[in-house]
Amino acid sequence: MAHEEKQMQDGVIPEEILQRWETRGVSRRDFMKFCSVMTATLALPVTMMGKIAEAVEGDNRPPVIWMEFQGCTGDSEAFLRANQPTATELILDYLSIDYHETIMAAAGHQAEAAKRQTMEKYKGKYIAIVEGAIPAAEDGVYCTVAGNSALNIAREVCGNAAATIAVGSCASFGGVPAAAPNPTGAISVSEAVPGATVMNLPGCPLNATNLTAAIVHFLTFGRLPATDSLGRPKFAYGKRIHDNCERRAHFDAGQYAEAFGDAGHRQGWCLYKLGCKGPETFHNCPTVRYNEGTSWPVQSGHGCIGCSEPQFWDTMSPFYKRLPNVPGFGVEATADKIGLGIAAATAVAFGAHGVASALRKGDDMESDQVSKED
Amino acid sequence: MLQIRYVWEWPVRLTHWFNVISIIVLSVTGYYIGNPSLSVPQTESFVMGWMRVVHYGFAYLFTVSVIVRVLWMFCGNKHASWRAFLPWASREGWGHIIGTFTYYTFLRKKPPYVVGHNALAAMAYSLVFVLFAVQVVSGFALYGQYDPNGLWASLTAPFLSVFGNQALRLTHHMIMWLVIGFAIHHVYSAWLMDVKEKNGTLSSIFGGYKFIDPKDL
Repeated sequence: MAHEEKQMQDGVIPEEILQRWETRGVSRRDFMKFCSVMTATLALPVTMMGKIAEAVEGDNRPPVIWMEFQGCTGDSEAFLRANQPTATELILDYLSIDYHETIMAAAGHQAEAAKRQTMEKYKGKYIAIVEGAIPAAEDGVYCTVAGNSALNIAREVCGNAAATIAVGSCASFGGVPAAAPNPTGAISVSEAVPGATVMNLPGCPLNATNLTAAIVHFLTFGRLPATDSLGRPKFAYGKRIHDNCERRAHFDAGQYAEAFGDAGHRQGWCLYKLGCKGPETFHNCPTVRYNEGTSWPVQSGHGCIGCSEPQFWDTMSPFYKRLPNVPGFGVEATADKIGLGIAAATAVAFGAHGVASALRKGDDMESDQVSKED
Repeated sequence: MLQIRYVWEWPVRLTHWFNVISIIVLSVTGYYIGNPSLSVPQTESFVMGWMRVVHYGFAYLFTVSVIVRVLWMFCGNKHASWRAFLPWASREGWGHIIGTFTYYTFLRKKPPYVVGHNALAAMAYSLVFVLFAVQVVSGFALYGQYDPNGLWASLTAPFLSVFGNQALRLTHHMIMWLVIGFAIHHVYSAWLMDVKEKNGTLSSIFGGYKFIDPKDL
């Protein structure tokens, strides 16, 4: 027993846990990979691996109610493509997803009854996951499920949950539905349900690894991970993309792709001048990456568009330019062109004034005290 | 008889020249940071790196210089005082504002004769101090993003959350151009007054002395 405890402290996963997963069809290698990816993503020491394995193993699967409102199902898609463990394992073994419009077998009244049952049975204990923004204009008529508005559903389900996770930029900050002119009055989950404990996992889509890691954290420690001022977990949103970017050396050197497909772009130079918003965006894309850690936008040659930042559709555009357009000027006018114009106009105006003043007579002071030199 | 008067005390002159140097360096490096167009063939180079290091170094110098100058508004002589920057607050000041404006627009023969700042210049400087403040705050807000748990990030967090970092970046660029526009105007007006007032305006910012005829005041 003492030996086992020592092993757990060293981050070793107990043999019988590995064996149990093997009998369920998850190889030791895959399970260890899962635990190490989770430990690394959460920025926990390697000695926590054993504890994470134990927490995932324990029979404390939290019931999950997954609601989708004004969204594109992109976050569900990303989640279903989570590779560690496979989506099926996640859904069947590791979480108890009692309600999810896209993947549940039940429909209509049956589905609503399942949701209600979970809410009543596990009041204050289940996890609510929200995908998509919540339209608040005109009492929320722009999005209704089973005759009830998204606003009412979110308030009821999130209000009675142990914790709410807003997945994707729409649920976290309003995202694309809340972009100007925001005709439906779309708001984020934390705005719609002010009293609830909401953790935001923005991104378009969110990174499934971060969602899994957040849930693993909840299972291991009984609470959601530490968040920043925007309600985002620090483990995933604590650093700028720019500061972990694999193209950073080219940025510091001064080597930039000037156009898609040019020599610099083909050599993998920095995408800063193509409007990359990596320097403005906090996310762990460069380290966790997407699709089984295969790639992420900057690695594949496209600048970051800042999709996980608040109001990214309005504030990060134009996506292929460094700076926003100057309000009130033409689309092609850049801040520097207008600025140069201001400086040039000043120089011309004062130059003209100078010529006029130089020719001007009779405005000299103390001219009576001026004596001429030979 | 002309008197020699000590108008600009040394902290005023020193902060003035620190501001000049930092504005030039910050504008050049800042323009490069916003629009890096030097050709750099070697990946081992550190061109953007050095530009940013220099930009941040001079940003600190500029910030300290502006703060010292603002503090001196409460310790220095009457020409350095904060009161000198608010000419519209007094009846006499209003007279000088109108007088200087009508002189600049060729409607009046001679400018009002003053020892310190002329009234329009003082108004421009109050606006420039506001621009400096916005520039310092937006600059450190953008700079502080390298460490979201750090001092600068926590001090500037309200500005970032209200305006967003892209709007701050745009503001930071636009103010650079406004300050350049101001610098053009400032050098021109100093030259004009040096010629017309004959009181040593240009040399006074180096030595501090102006040549004043009290009977004209």
